[in-house]
Amino acid sequence: MDVIFNQLFVGLSIASILLLVALGLTFTFGQMNVINMAHGEFIMAGAYTTYVLQTAFGTGLLTLSFGLALPAAFLVAGTLGLILEFLVIRRLYGRPLDTLLVTWGVGLMLQQLARDIFGAQNVSVSAPGVLNGGMEIAGVSLSYSRLFIIAIVALVVVVIASYMKRTPAGRRMRAVMQNRSLASVSGVRTRRVDRTTFFIGSGLAGVAGVGISLLGAVGPTIGLNYIIDAFLVVIVGGLGQLRGAILAAIALGMANSFIEYGTTASVAKAGVFLLIVLFLQWRPQGLVVQARRGLAS
Amino acid sequence: MTAEPVLRPSDPGAHVDPPPILSVKDLQVAYGPTQVIFDVSLDVPEGGLCCLMGRNGVGKSTLLQTIVGLLPAKAGTISLGWKEITKRAPYDRVKAGIAYVPQGRDAFATLTVFENLRVVAEASPKCEVDVVEAALQRFPRLRKILDRPAGFLSGGEAQQLAIARALVTRPRLLLLDEPTEGIQPSIILEIEDAIADLKKEGLSILLVEQYVDFAMRLAETYAVMDVGRIVASGPTEDFDRESMQQLMSV
Repeated sequence: MDVIFNQLFVGLSIASILLLVALGLTFTFGQMNVINMAHGEFIMAGAYTTYVLQTAFGTGLLTLSFGLALPAAFLVAGTLGLILEFLVIRRLYGRPLDTLLVTWGVGLMLQQLARDIFGAQNVSVSAPGVLNGGMEIAGVSLSYSRLFIIAIVALVVVVIASYMKRTPAGRRMRAVMQNRSLASVSGVRTRRVDRTTFFIGSGLAGVAGVGISLLGAVGPTIGLNYIIDAFLVVIVGGLGQLRGAILAAIALGMANSFIEYGTTASVAKAGVFLLIVLFLQWRPQGLVVQARRGLAS
Repeated sequence: MTAEPVLRPSDPGAHVDPPPILSVKDLQVAYGPTQVIFDVSLDVPEGGLCCLMGRNGVGKSTLLQTIVGLLPAKAGTISLGWKEITKRAPYDRVKAGIAYVPQGRDAFATLTVFENLRVVAEASPKCEVDVVEAALQRFPRLRKILDRPAGFLSGGEAQQLAIARALVTRPRLLLLDEPTEGIQPSIILEIEDAIADLKKEGLSILLVEQYVDFAMRLAETYAVMDVGRIVASGPTEDFDRESMQQLMSV
């Protein structure tokens, strides 16, 4: 019984990290069909932002600097995303393969930039005191930092969902994603919406970076460890579907955790990939698909 | 922003007739190397209703899409009143007063009926609270399905939503692409009434339609297209159904 609880918690923890790194991609990849390989480097930017704030404020004010890191990382990564959109991506809309190559290159440049600024050595971010340790429930020890990541993800999901549902800008974003040409002939400034979408998607990568900085060392290539998983979550979930991404992250996290129990991490990884391949054979459009009725499709 | 022409009817000493609300001159449109619209000129008088007819595939929808800015004009000009809008972005044309109801009753499928109207009202610089309400008053059928996703409407409901959404922008000119296509007769009547009311209230309309009786009841002027050109036009009194037969049969 303990084993099941433990693996459930591990699975939930993996799921929360998967979802955190994938949330931004449901915007940029899922909604705008831009394959942004530099998304991982926006995660890195968020992680380094946390580090910079800690260095600046000193470890005495750890909790404060860590709290500030969340909005700061959102702004830093979001701004990087806006610059990337303005300089590169807007010229390549509708050319996914070119975008993939160019953003991969940009990602490498950002990694080098991080090396030049912070050195090739990894740096470490210390968790605020309140996140040290953990608690024990039903014989399972739950570390506070992992619980904290789950909480961030839950918060971000709620904020994003209500932004999309309840604000004018969110409605415009959904309208453009649904039917770009209809939105433009209805008076929606689609270019402006694209920029906002890209800003938010990239900013969320920054927030993911803050969460991930709690889990281990921060280095220039930290994003590479997560970018593939993030794309997988978006594809399995169904493009542009927040609900799909949540379900996919939980499914992949649990699969990973339960396969890993009794085998090894590599076997689990391979097992999850195999499951995804089989799943996509069966349902190439992903878990959640927009249903609609009508003649046009 | 392009400069406005200097001369207006209100200017002292100017005796200029007001221009037609929509004036298309020598328009050429091409999909890549394939030209599909040749030298099309067409006017819609202020407050008038012009019906554009012709078989499938002769370029009627392409012409509307070019007027609203979804397709670029290769040559020629499009003017809305005094303003030339040939090179404007679609949302700028909407701001200038053009509204477009696409063929096939396009909608934002996962947004609800209410959100479909609201998102357009919010995008409009003239955003007023009552525009959505006014649109719903015109199509009361929509009021019962406000919370339904727009992808799950019947043909008639979707068409009414599409027209309502266009009206939310408070247009001066409405472009309607085959509003009766595949819709049950009772709803066609409702749509006809709505269009007649809009015309009475002074809205100018360019209607693309293959349902000749419907078009003739509403329009004052007509134009017939064939293979990318306008081959006949004039006031609807002069419309000769016999001689147009071969240009119209589907």
